[in-house]
Amino acid sequence: MRYDTIIIGGGLSGLCCGISLARQGQQVAIVSAGQSALHFCSGSFELYGRCENPLEGIASLPKEHPYRKMGIELTASYAEQIKDIFEAAAVKCTGEATRNHYCLTPIGVIKPVWLTLNDYARFESPDRIPWRKVALVNFEGYLDFYPQFIASGLAKYGVKSDIHSLSLTAFDNLRESSTEMRATNIARIMTGEILEQIAAYLNSHAGDAEALFLPAAFGLFDDTAVAELRAMVSLPLFFIPTMPASVPGVRTQIQLKNYFQRIGGTYLLGDNVVSGEIENGRLKSVKTANHGNMTLSADNFVIASGSFFSHGLIASQESIREPIFGLDIYADRVREEWYDKDLYSHQAYMGYGVVTDNKFRCSIDGKCIENLYAAGSILAHQNALDEGTGGGVAITTALFVADEILRSR
Amino acid sequence: MSQDKSNITNSSFEQCIKCTICTVYCPVTAVNAAYPGPKQAGPDGERYRLKKPIFYDEALKYCLNCKRCEVVCPSNVKIGDIIQLARIKYSTSSPRLRDYILANTDLVGSLSTKMSKIVNSTLKHPDVKSILEATLAIDSHRDFPSYADEQFTEWYRREAQQEQESFRHSVTYFHGCYVNYNYPQLGRDLITLLNAVGYGVKLMEKERCCGVAKISNKLIKQATRDARRNLAEIRTAVARGEEVIATSSTCSFTMRDEYQHILGLDNSDVREKINLATRFIYRLIDSGEIKLAFRDDFKRRIAYHAPCHLEKLGWTIYSTSLLRMIPGLELVMLDSQCCGIAGTYGFKRENYRYSQAIGEPLFRQIKYSGVDAVATDCETCKWQIEMSAGVKVEHPISLLAEALDIEATRALNGVK
Repeated sequence: MRYDTIIIGGGLSGLCCGISLARQGQQVAIVSAGQSALHFCSGSFELYGRCENPLEGIASLPKEHPYRKMGIELTASYAEQIKDIFEAAAVKCTGEATRNHYCLTPIGVIKPVWLTLNDYARFESPDRIPWRKVALVNFEGYLDFYPQFIASGLAKYGVKSDIHSLSLTAFDNLRESSTEMRATNIARIMTGEILEQIAAYLNSHAGDAEALFLPAAFGLFDDTAVAELRAMVSLPLFFIPTMPASVPGVRTQIQLKNYFQRIGGTYLLGDNVVSGEIENGRLKSVKTANHGNMTLSADNFVIASGSFFSHGLIASQESIREPIFGLDIYADRVREEWYDKDLYSHQAYMGYGVVTDNKFRCSIDGKCIENLYAAGSILAHQNALDEGTGGGVAITTALFVADEILRSR
Repeated sequence: MSQDKSNITNSSFEQCIKCTICTVYCPVTAVNAAYPGPKQAGPDGERYRLKKPIFYDEALKYCLNCKRCEVVCPSNVKIGDIIQLARIKYSTSSPRLRDYILANTDLVGSLSTKMSKIVNSTLKHPDVKSILEATLAIDSHRDFPSYADEQFTEWYRREAQQEQESFRHSVTYFHGCYVNYNYPQLGRDLITLLNAVGYGVKLMEKERCCGVAKISNKLIKQATRDARRNLAEIRTAVARGEEVIATSSTCSFTMRDEYQHILGLDNSDVREKINLATRFIYRLIDSGEIKLAFRDDFKRRIAYHAPCHLEKLGWTIYSTSLLRMIPGLELVMLDSQCCGIAGTYGFKRENYRYSQAIGEPLFRQIKYSGVDAVATDCETCKWQIEMSAGVKVEHPISLLAEALDIEATRALNGVK
């Protein structure tokens, strides 16, 4: 089977790259080993979380950092371009690369971010939260949402909270298997009459609260349920991300994947690339577990297989490696230097990944593979947690690589 | 077993990082709260069961073995296999008469084709359906597939076998129970198509059911016996230099993966030679070995439904790519989701309402799609969709045969 470009990895980065290429007329296939880390998405994306203006902050990052390799100008331009892709895919979010806003995390931390999905709680600044009192509403029996944490997080900034526990007979069925009362399963029943019952409860219990906060358990496949509920309640209503699996994350994944397929992309889910045929410094084709002797060939390849979580990188007792091609990686040699025993300290391993040239092309034994690009969290010299750069690197490097591929023709 | 003693198993459950992604895509979890969900039923439960079998939960019977949990798992945990193996190893419930009848497709099929007119009209009668529900717990809402009046193999030996020797290339066809007893036309369509491109179609000496129905009804000894027989036949075909192709995605999946993972039979020497008809044909076209020519007057709008086991194989692309090659065929891709029937699962009274609830979004999408027919590679998906969405369902191979310009195709491939 032959494509213009084959992308290994179907998460945020792989999908953004695939969409960008398909929009510009390429035949693209994405091979994805299971679902991606987007299923843990908080409803927000970070570009750079350590200062007010992410684009200014990027300048202080080390020169090997993916943003610095692209340069501030291109990073800014891709941060702008993604808005168009998200809009076309019906992923509705807002935010500016020149100024972070703030979101609420599942444990009540107020955090600077770049883009937030439109139905999620967000503030321009923690010191200027527009409500003096809010109502935090959980569902009885639902264990993945902690209103007390959120209340204490808000209290730090002078916002009072009333905590409510909403009990509905519709939940009885869900609670039969206590482990299965998850946001994604709750979201499946959030339609029609149940939304009306919830709206009635919210309207009668809000008291003197000025806004309503609910767990993000509405609208698994699209935001219809969100719009319906909002239309029925009198106060402003926002969602707060829950523990995984994340409803906004699943929705974003499905919307991006559907859009990619709609514009002609091929998405092969549940398959693993096992090897590649490299000739004269070029990757000619790859073999996958499912397709066996049917090789997949292409002019260009992108590896967006993620970091340790998605097995884009594998750590054994002795070494860290990229498992498909054995690409050159940056990592400390001695295991003791990989991590700090204090969980909250700087963790070196998070900055490990594949090393690339300035076009994000990978190499093996120091020799460049001219048509194999890397994008997203597999790239070395980024530390998503320290820097607050996870979503931004995934998105901007994906769009950069897509343009490099188009330019290489 | 020594594995149990050392508390180490072959299964991949230690790789589970408890991310819960599988539970998002489990079709059963979405409709049946009594089912503990793939994570709990699979890797989580396995840790307990290894300590004490008493932790086995009979609700695992609700798993319909679609393997969609495995397709979405980012950690390559064989969740579906873990659940099926636990059912076989720990469940104390025995198969009932109904399960024997549903699972013994060869026996029931042979008898039914001999008196197909009586069987078909009887099984349509509401009173008979009520009796079947009362006595056997086969749900009375379910339509039965009708039986053919002649088995495919009988027709083949009489009408087709002799000329198959005259072709340059040959392939062995695993027709499966459905083609043999219910719908021989699909087998004939495959022969028409392959003959036109220069391939003779051979059958096995004695093909048995692939065993999927016996596996899901816990008739493991019988399933293993059938599987050994089939593997021997497959090895004979491979020794002749032939691949073995099935038109049923589930037959192909079962022989490739379930024989090894569930029945513990080593099929690694021939696994790569067990293929699906659409993938086999696609590869011949892709490598330039054959060419197809299509009629100008074929015009149809068709929706494709991806069966769960075909999704697990990762081979949906071959069937849809072939359909896209037909100039007059407008293809509508349905969302990839389980239709709910899962072979014999949806026939059982205790599963019927879940089966229909699982398929409901698919049925709705089909009804709104405005297509002439649905195409799919799985026979039980066909029964479910025809009954529940009221649209005719055809196999991609039958559509290709219908659209094919036979004379032009023969000429292109140098077949006299």
